[in-house]
Amino acid sequence: MFLYDFSELTSSIHNSISSVMSPLATTVVEMVIAGIVFLLFYALVGLILVYAERKICAFFQCRLGPMRVGKWGLMQTIADFIKLLMKELIMIKNADKLLFNLAPFIVIIASFLAIGAIPFAKGLHALDFDIGVLYVMAVSSIGVLGILLAGWSSNNKYSLIGAMRSGAQVVSYELSVGLSLMTIVVLAGTMQFSEIVEAQNTGWFIFKGHIPALIAFVIFIISSTAETNRGPFDLAEAESELTAGFHTEYSGIKFALFFLGEYMNMFIVASIAATVFLGGWMPLHIVGLDSFNMIMDYIPPFIWFISKTAIIIFIMMWIKWTFPRLRIDQLLTLEWKYLLPINLVNITLMALCVLNQWHF
Amino acid sequence: MEDILLKNKLDKEQEYFINMGPQHPSTHGVLRLLVNLQGETVKDLKPYCGYIHRGIEKMCERYTYSQIIHLTDRLDYMSAHINNEAVCLLVENALQIEVSDRVKYIRTIIDELTRIASHQLWWAAAGMDLGALTTFFYGLRDREKILDIFEETCGGRLLVSYNCPGGLMYDIHPNFQKKVKEFLIYFKKKLPEYDQLLSGNVIFVQRMKNVGLLTKEKAISFGVTGPSGRASGFSSDIRKKEPYSAYGNVKFKEILREEGDSLARYKCRIDEMWESMNIIEQLIDNIPDGSYFTKMKPIIKLPEGEYYQRVEACRGEFGVYISSKGEKNPYRVKFRSPNFFNLSALDHMSRNQKIADLVAIMSSLDLVIPDIDR
Amino acid sequence: MTNDQLKQFIKNYTTEVEFVDNPYSLECIVNTVHFYNLARVLKESDSTAFDFLYCVTGIDLQDSLGVIYHLESTKLQHKLILKVFASDIDNPEIPSVFDLWDCAELQEREVFDFFGIRFLKHPDLRRIFMEEDWEGYPLRKNYVDTVNIIDLIK
Repeated sequence: MFLYDFSELTSSIHNSISSVMSPLATTVVEMVIAGIVFLLFYALVGLILVYAERKICAFFQCRLGPMRVGKWGLMQTIADFIKLLMKELIMIKNADKLLFNLAPFIVIIASFLAIGAIPFAKGLHALDFDIGVLYVMAVSSIGVLGILLAGWSSNNKYSLIGAMRSGAQVVSYELSVGLSLMTIVVLAGTMQFSEIVEAQNTGWFIFKGHIPALIAFVIFIISSTAETNRGPFDLAEAESELTAGFHTEYSGIKFALFFLGEYMNMFIVASIAATVFLGGWMPLHIVGLDSFNMIMDYIPPFIWFISKTAIIIFIMMWIKWTFPRLRIDQLLTLEWKYLLPINLVNITLMALCVLNQWHF
Repeated sequence: MEDILLKNKLDKEQEYFINMGPQHPSTHGVLRLLVNLQGETVKDLKPYCGYIHRGIEKMCERYTYSQIIHLTDRLDYMSAHINNEAVCLLVENALQIEVSDRVKYIRTIIDELTRIASHQLWWAAAGMDLGALTTFFYGLRDREKILDIFEETCGGRLLVSYNCPGGLMYDIHPNFQKKVKEFLIYFKKKLPEYDQLLSGNVIFVQRMKNVGLLTKEKAISFGVTGPSGRASGFSSDIRKKEPYSAYGNVKFKEILREEGDSLARYKCRIDEMWESMNIIEQLIDNIPDGSYFTKMKPIIKLPEGEYYQRVEACRGEFGVYISSKGEKNPYRVKFRSPNFFNLSALDHMSRNQKIADLVAIMSSLDLVIPDIDR
Repeated sequence: MTNDQLKQFIKNYTTEVEFVDNPYSLECIVNTVHFYNLARVLKESDSTAFDFLYCVTGIDLQDSLGVIYHLESTKLQHKLILKVFASDIDNPEIPSVFDLWDCAELQEREVFDFFGIRFLKHPDLRRIFMEEDWEGYPLRKNYVDTVNIIDLIK
């Protein structure tokens, strides 16, 4: 059925390693390999996203963006990264040193944990929990702890306001993210990512689930933008109000970690949206058109996954560079008075759809 | 009673101060505000000025009248030409020199172009303050067209220094009329785009509506003039009240609004850009022939006495007070800067608003800091 | 009101005033004793209604220090220049009008900063542009600037 099945590759690697090592050593070696692969992938995605954001924002603003370093400024992100590495790490005199240094790593670790559960292609999947959706939601909200600690330990009132805003914001929008994913879980009947993707073989959930799935998708895009502190919801760093919010006092590589964390979070929410709503690595299949489905199968699943994610990232960037920022009370009003009730009604609607077999 | 006292005490304990500025992205310069906050709510704020104080009024006492003109550029640099004109008009009125109609028309056209350029930059920065960074580039892109016209005719782009007592420095560039007309056609297409990007945006309207309310009485009492005052219904347009240059010859509306909130101030400025284009359209084809300069004595000495001249700068009423003892230097010069008066209302307007609203109010007041500090 | 009517109105209130003819608008010099009450009457009376204070200027006449208030009525469209002089140069004191016109608070701080005129009952009389510990009042005529760049070049 599937032309590109990575499970054979992974199982052959597993077999060859376990043939020469004890089971414990096999596990350790496999974990190290997966870790290194993810680390490289992580750095690559970070570089590409930063470059993409600068170019996309430049084109929205009628300018060219980075053009000097390398062809079309392709090396710009690397140059920036080297600059950030060489910068002095400024330590605030009255800052809480332990928490101040710990905070960026918490943000990074949270996004790193989440990325392991995402299915990139069939078999290309580090952790395939049966509660994958729940796991991703759980670990991705650890990130806000890092932001809160960063704001608190910086001993700066701007940082503190930013951190408190971020705390309120993430706690609120976590609900919408969870509920909109639950709407699809109701439809799919499973929380395991691989099964969610498999279930979309006959059609993506955004098409299968009628209107409730579409509403859930829109709500997910809005609330995940809010959860990653981006776009019109970047109150935590609110440049014009709080100079830089929670990372005002950070410099050099610690600032870069926050920066990278933000982009990785964006990648993670986009890939979850792609997986849950748009079929993940599953090609576009239309029931009845077999030859069409065959052609679609020839496109590698990894390309499908990345292009779906890229489209959602592009939408998020589009939103960010178009809209003005919300105020904190408007932000909370939007969540508690509009998104949450709509979501609750929507999940009931979806349950009705599933019970009455209204979906495809 | 005790409960109230305890509550007041607790409220006081929860208050804290933050310094906004002198280096802050949204103060657009070196204004420092000591903001007393409770949570995110602004309790009161005190402005601390003087970070860019240059003592221009004291400097003027040592300079001749022709030299003073070039110091007024540096007050509100966004309405440089209008500030220059105030001093020129004062000197001309004091010496009872009649300038030709050509001078009056050209001055008025450049005044209005300056106003459009200033409002474009304000629009750009207003979006940026509220987090919509894209507007900044759109505003600057369009402002560049006006600066190009200035460069050709006046030589300068920002601080044009085109006025001198008795007329203008040079005649207009042959391309001037053509380029201005081209700009008008171009900008009439672009202004609705501004509306689409900000005024039509739900988030923007929600951020600006009912924020920073200023009643008409308070606006008059605080001396808030210009578009900010007119948004509260304070009819303060000097162009209408005491027409100078060619403003008596053109038909235009004074933009007045009743709401007095940040959105009204925003809309006032947008409408003023339309009105400025209307004024330019009436004048640009009718620039009369004549001399662009009236011959004057090389050393200007104002007769003894006191003089006051008001003009409508981009942010409100700009006034020059000169007390002369009959010498080549003035005895005392005072500039009535609109921004200093507008700043005094900031505390009143931003009380019990969120800190994000303070940024919106400041951007709707459009403060230029060198004009406050002088 | 015309200038003559204004003159009569002010004369009815106090006779210790001096009028100067100025082509721009009527100019009225009043002493510090009557100043505050005259200002209050001018603002609050319905027939004058000077609600718009559009310029506050400090001036050093070497034998006295003064403040010039440019007033306008937004309802009746007439203008008045109110001048008040404090003859005691060492300790000049003028009543504050911050409670009549809100903008006066900052404007009077500016005059205090540059001329050292103390405004009585002003709620927050501090320097506004110069540093808190600046010595002397820069816009006074007898102020000597030791690091004036123009003098140094000469």
